[in-house]
Amino acid sequence: MLKITNLHASAGEKEILKGISLTVNAGEVHAIMGPNGSGKSTLAQVIAGHPGYEVTSGTIEYDGQDLLELEAEERAQAGVFLAFQYPIEIPGVTNAYFLRAAYNEIRKAHNQPELDPIEFLDVMEEKLKVVEMDASMMQRSVNAGFSGGEKKRNEILQMAVLEPKLAVLDETDSGLDIDALRIVAEGVNKLKRPDNATILVTHYQRLLNYIVPDHVHVLAGGRIIKSGGKELALELEAKGYDWLLEPVPA
Amino acid sequence: MSATIETLVNKEYQYGFVTDVDTDTIPPGLTEETVRLISKKKEEPEWLLEWRLKAFRRWQTMTEPTWPNVSYEPIDYQAHTYYSAPKSVKPLQSLDEVDPELLKTYEKLGISLTEQKRLAGVAVDAIFDSVSVGTTMKEELAKAGVIFCSFGEAVREHPELVQKYLGSVVPYSDNFFAALNSAVFSDGSFVYVPKGVKCPLELSTYFRINAANTGQFERTLIVADEGASVSYLEGCTAPKRDEHQLHAAVVEIVALDRATVKYSTVQNWYAGDSEGKGGIYNFVTKRGKAFTDAKISWTQVETGSAITWKYPSVILQGDNSVGEFYSVAVVNGKQQADTGTKMIHIGRNTRSTIISKGISAGQGQNSYRGQVKVLPKAAGARNYTQCDSMLIGNRCGAHTFPYIEVANNSATLEHEASTSKIGEDQIFYCKARGLNAEHAISLIVAGFCKEVFKELPMEFALEAQQLLGISLEGSVG
Repeated sequence: MLKITNLHASAGEKEILKGISLTVNAGEVHAIMGPNGSGKSTLAQVIAGHPGYEVTSGTIEYDGQDLLELEAEERAQAGVFLAFQYPIEIPGVTNAYFLRAAYNEIRKAHNQPELDPIEFLDVMEEKLKVVEMDASMMQRSVNAGFSGGEKKRNEILQMAVLEPKLAVLDETDSGLDIDALRIVAEGVNKLKRPDNATILVTHYQRLLNYIVPDHVHVLAGGRIIKSGGKELALELEAKGYDWLLEPVPA
Repeated sequence: MSATIETLVNKEYQYGFVTDVDTDTIPPGLTEETVRLISKKKEEPEWLLEWRLKAFRRWQTMTEPTWPNVSYEPIDYQAHTYYSAPKSVKPLQSLDEVDPELLKTYEKLGISLTEQKRLAGVAVDAIFDSVSVGTTMKEELAKAGVIFCSFGEAVREHPELVQKYLGSVVPYSDNFFAALNSAVFSDGSFVYVPKGVKCPLELSTYFRINAANTGQFERTLIVADEGASVSYLEGCTAPKRDEHQLHAAVVEIVALDRATVKYSTVQNWYAGDSEGKGGIYNFVTKRGKAFTDAKISWTQVETGSAITWKYPSVILQGDNSVGEFYSVAVVNGKQQADTGTKMIHIGRNTRSTIISKGISAGQGQNSYRGQVKVLPKAAGARNYTQCDSMLIGNRCGAHTFPYIEVANNSATLEHEASTSKIGEDQIFYCKARGLNAEHAISLIVAGFCKEVFKELPMEFALEAQQLLGISLEGSVG
């Protein structure tokens, strides 16, 4: 589904990703771990098409298309979803309106009829349950005045509504208390299907107690320095990152 | 990024066409003779001519205000024409007599004057250059006792009302542009709602400047008698021309005891091109006087004009009277706006609310200027002011000039202000959810303006939506 080959990307003059290769198949969950500043979030943003990063070489193939050729909104319409590490506030625009606008853009891109607000209510009712959110949240402005946990749950709600093929969760576990973490993780698990895939970007192993990955990759200095199965995450938890980092020149 | 955003907000002005009609236009220049000529053409009574002349003499002693935060080349008042009327507009018996060319103009602007297609629930007075070309639904209004007609007709048919209230809120000596208007005003709308009557229709005036080098100086007078209520809408467009055109209007509102007047404006005069060539100079005085328990509410969406100088205000004369000002002002290209309000608290327990949203894009400069004044007898007066600015791109500016004067210790005033910038991050967030940049900006701007848009009557909310190129569905109300 996703094939990243020798990807290099920079922010301004600074090269952050220095040759990433990664293949993700349908039905798989991949965890990208690594110390702060290793390029994890950059990778997530580059996949989603953030204009602040320039891809200097390498390719990303998604569903047989050249992903780098697509605008960010076209990627979203094609089923790529990024759950933001720091979800953005849009004052004055209700969550319900924003979600329906996004939902309808994606339907339009697939030549499906748009839903009116009443029809959309039915879709919402079911999706709210996935993240145990109250319907009153829908009338609040997008992320404005939300607590950290509410913002993250709201990201997963959006994911539930938009039903992406490829979901990239950027540090969705950071800043969550244990209950919120459980709700978010259960939400992600409920949304898992054989035809979609998930990339979890995380600093800590604890999220992986709830969402069990098929593959774990360690990113450091803009490169994947080690890949393995779910047991790698436990090893990292026990030993930290340092034992892996030593061979990498400073 | 700012380049993309700017192209998106730079939409072609779609009302820039010129209507080809024969006009009766007087030569440029402004002297006492001009004032007499205008008065004569309008077959006015002596008292009105005298009033105009007093205004003209006063105007000659006044100087143009220099305090607004705008800059422009000096205006040559002798180069302007002060009266222009389509020849076909004689006193009309019915709208069937209106020049088809004029009807077509209004059709093109989305305002239908013909009876079969008119907006349901809205009566329209259409002002073309200096004169009213027709007022719809008069009979229906007459049944309720509501008078809604052109100013000229009001002078002929209801002189006692006009004489009583003209200049009672904005005296001819008020300011430079009000004095100019008082001397040369050509037409405008007049509304009188009798005691205890709730006006059954929305009233609407549609202003159109067509002739070249012609100033438009209309005068609107709205009187809501005791316990009456009315909602009034105003829309404005003008053709694209390379010269600047002058628009100096005066609106006076009188809300007698327990009356309610809601006045909404969508101002979309031609703004000039991206280099600042052409566009309307919009120098307008709007003020209402609210008596005991009365309420006056101004809502404005200002998107056009090269320069806007406008402060719709309320004199809270009576005890418990209420004044409101809701404003969205957008500047783009080289537009400049200096706009805001004055709330003058005179009576006890008077309340006022000011919500101002300024959006600056391109090289536009947007200033909010507001005065809240509490006089010694206004015990228990309250004001809430919220003044927000949004910047789009790096070359525009937002400025805030609040003036607060309080002479009564029991008054409560609150002032909140914020400035934000549409960021790359907000746009990217929307794009990552499948919305394109244009849709994203619309959404963000609509959210920013929400508190003002929800004050607009339905028809105007739709027009405002088209104007800002944004979808309001769901984000309003």
